[in-house]
Amino acid sequence: MMFCCESCCSFVLQVFGMELQAVLMAAGGGSRMMDLTYNTPKPLLPVGNRPLIWYPLNLLERVGFEEVIVITTKEVQKALSTDQRLKTDVKMRLDVVCIQEETDMGTADALRHIQQKIKTDILVVSCDLITDVALHEVVDLFRAHNATLSMLMSKVHEFTDTVPGQKGKKKAGEQRDFVGVDVTGKRLLFMANEADLEEGLVFRKSIMRKHPRMLIKTGLLDAHLYCLKRSVVDFLVHNKSVTSIRGELVPYLVRKQFSKFLNTKNATEDTEKNQKQQDAHHNLELLSTSKEEALLQLARERSCWNDHRGDMSEAYHGGKLRCYVHIMEEGMCYRVNTLAAYIEANRVVPKLFEDPPIHPTAVVTERSLVGSDSIIGPYCQISDKTSIKRSNVGTSSTIKEKVKITNSIIMNGVTIEEGCNIQGSVICNNAVIGRGADMKYCLVGSGQCIEPEAERTNEVIVGSDQLMEI
Amino acid sequence: KKQHKKNKKDDRGPPEKEKEKEKASVPAPSKPATQSPAHKGTAFAILHSLVFVSFLYFLLVVKRLPEHIQVDDPAALKKLAKKLERQQVPLRSDYGYKVSLFSHLHQYSRKNPPTQQISIPATVIHPSIVRLGLQYSQGIIAGSNARSVALLHAFKQVIRDYSTPPNEELSRDLVNKLSPYISFLSQCRPLSASMGNAIKYIKKEISNIPSQCKEEEAKRRLQECIDSYINEKIILASEAISKYAIEKISDGDVILVYGCSSLVNHILCEAFEKQRKFRVIVVDSRPRLEGKEALRRLVKKGIRCTYVLISALSYILPEVSKVFLGAHALLANGYVMSRVGTSQIALVAKAFNVPVLVCCETYKFCERVQTDSFVSNELDDPDDLIVTRNGKTHLENWQTVKSLGLLNLVYDVTPPDFVDLVITDLGMIPCTSVPVVLRVKNVDQ
Repeated sequence: MMFCCESCCSFVLQVFGMELQAVLMAAGGGSRMMDLTYNTPKPLLPVGNRPLIWYPLNLLERVGFEEVIVITTKEVQKALSTDQRLKTDVKMRLDVVCIQEETDMGTADALRHIQQKIKTDILVVSCDLITDVALHEVVDLFRAHNATLSMLMSKVHEFTDTVPGQKGKKKAGEQRDFVGVDVTGKRLLFMANEADLEEGLVFRKSIMRKHPRMLIKTGLLDAHLYCLKRSVVDFLVHNKSVTSIRGELVPYLVRKQFSKFLNTKNATEDTEKNQKQQDAHHNLELLSTSKEEALLQLARERSCWNDHRGDMSEAYHGGKLRCYVHIMEEGMCYRVNTLAAYIEANRVVPKLFEDPPIHPTAVVTERSLVGSDSIIGPYCQISDKTSIKRSNVGTSSTIKEKVKITNSIIMNGVTIEEGCNIQGSVICNNAVIGRGADMKYCLVGSGQCIEPEAERTNEVIVGSDQLMEI
Repeated sequence: KKQHKKNKKDDRGPPEKEKEKEKASVPAPSKPATQSPAHKGTAFAILHSLVFVSFLYFLLVVKRLPEHIQVDDPAALKKLAKKLERQQVPLRSDYGYKVSLFSHLHQYSRKNPPTQQISIPATVIHPSIVRLGLQYSQGIIAGSNARSVALLHAFKQVIRDYSTPPNEELSRDLVNKLSPYISFLSQCRPLSASMGNAIKYIKKEISNIPSQCKEEEAKRRLQECIDSYINEKIILASEAISKYAIEKISDGDVILVYGCSSLVNHILCEAFEKQRKFRVIVVDSRPRLEGKEALRRLVKKGIRCTYVLISALSYILPEVSKVFLGAHALLANGYVMSRVGTSQIALVAKAFNVPVLVCCETYKFCERVQTDSFVSNELDDPDDLIVTRNGKTHLENWQTVKSLGLLNLVYDVTPPDFVDLVITDLGMIPCTSVPVVLRVKNVDQ
């Protein structure tokens, strides 16, 4: 691909292969917040009056990507071409690949599906990531150390807001992740999830010998942002049993850094192991070392740098497979995959943008009171004597008179009749709240109608046909 | 001094020209008036024209000051910023307080990588150049030879991915293509003399490509040139130097080395393989502590080593029989530019009458002239000097103390009086023969 842009006698010729291709995974179902997503696909959930998928796309665009491969479902594809915000704000070229919802493809399966399109190393982003990370931190680790995997993690924030429908203190189902890094805090040595461990953490001696000091961290959130080498995609093609990037591929790569196979030149020495397994490992080794040219090897030999001190081995202990992680200490990083995270994100995100809090097309009468930390979406109608504090009101919603809304999230197309009092709640698309209703900490599902004068506290109101089948 | 004189001349230049013009016009009309003032007038005119001509000659012969040692000159900085903007290379800003003697040099911080303002994926600058720049700035590729080899490797990839635009010639366009890359690399870390020579060679090779040569053929030829350059100047040169150097190592020798020089390590390993009996003393210094890497390589080979810090140099020198030093560059007046601390080693060795041998390939010979370590040097990240012991970091807030400056010099310059022999691939020469080698090289080319 070549284009000439003459500006001040400088040429910008894209004559070389691209460094990185971006892949956005937007086919996930949002299985941990079914109440919100049974009618709206997760990528289209409004956060701060923008669809969730806008945030990773904006991140990629800000950093300089010019095209993104988006893997998603048909519904989201339609929205990408029709939604105002997505069509006009996103200048990148979106190459949308549709997959059927019913096939239940894992993220690694999706990569295998688009294998033909992948020509260089890839940056995989999840559609539910909202962050202001300086992406060059992650990519620099990938570039400088010629890493196979480079990922982003962040310190977990405790969510303090009350979540509708939550009975008592939560954290029953949250499984901890154990992440082991070396002294610099950049090299990823160990990764395991509590669910996979039976009794305790098991460390291989080879890791301890090479990295005697390891820091184990548990309070980290995986941002699901990965830089992967091209050879990993080829490896996935050969190993069809790997379905999920986070669940299977990443722990596998982290383990394989210290595997004996990858440090010997001739993998066929081991004849006792399962031949197929060996072929798989052999493939990964071959695919990643064929690129290492003799010159690079010479440069490394002549360089007086070593990543560790104290033992007799060369840089990186001679290992060809390296995994790195960038842990964000400050800054914002949310994965909107639970209701609590969704509510928190809605709270934090509007502060980032310089958009006017009240959209110019919204009709807000003078006698209504809209707080400075609320945002009103386009085409809304806010009537007299309405008070809206610390809330987000979505597109085309109608709020009638004398309504009090505090700490809530009103999605698109919602109608709220007179005299309602809504506190700490989430009202989904196209719901109707009847006159005089009093909702505290409730979640009203998509298209639901609440009868007038209803009084609900801490309830999740969804249609009976959308209830999950157990 | 020469450059300072040249600056002074610059200032005097324009007014001088005007004055000269005036004076030239004045004698002319006065000539026909009287006889004796006319003689004086012509004499003046001749003198002034001579001065003018010699000034012009001086201007043509003396090279302009490179910008990377003119950081305290706002005009030069502006020029650099304009050039970088035109090439679409981000400007890296300096960091922290600079000691006044070195305020004319750049000082960058590793916390502000040069890739902060580059788009991901890198489009203006070739990805392998971005990777190389990052590796330079983080110190992953360090050492003169390693940097040159890595640079040439990256150029090979650039050439491989290059395709000539229509209506352009490869010989001219490719050189233009390389300029922003070189600017970017010098923003990451100032170029070394060996890199400069490699770049000159490559540019010459590219411009010598005949215009009727097909693109594929031209690219193949260039790749071969690069391979042969590395082979001749680096690999074979180190073989030749080892051969000469091993003659100088006798059984029972105690050899002192400083820091981690790839060439000296190679020589010692070869000597050990050829069954010479010697032991090595590795001298190291903060903050880089490169000697640890040299120690690892030598001990892995099986050589008996001792490790000291540079502060123990005068204690250990009575034991030493020879000193082998590596060089970053050899300057045209015979001075050796090497890692900071080398001149100390040479000085103390001279005081103890221990022979100092410098090993250096000819491609590192540089036409620059320097007599001190101030004019042209490199300032590394000052935060490298901060050390944490027992959980306490005393220098943590060094920036808040106004009268405190941290200086992390990288290179220093050793006078030829302290160097007894320079071992190059052309043979063993005294330090003062460097200009001869340079002249011979230039004639060859």
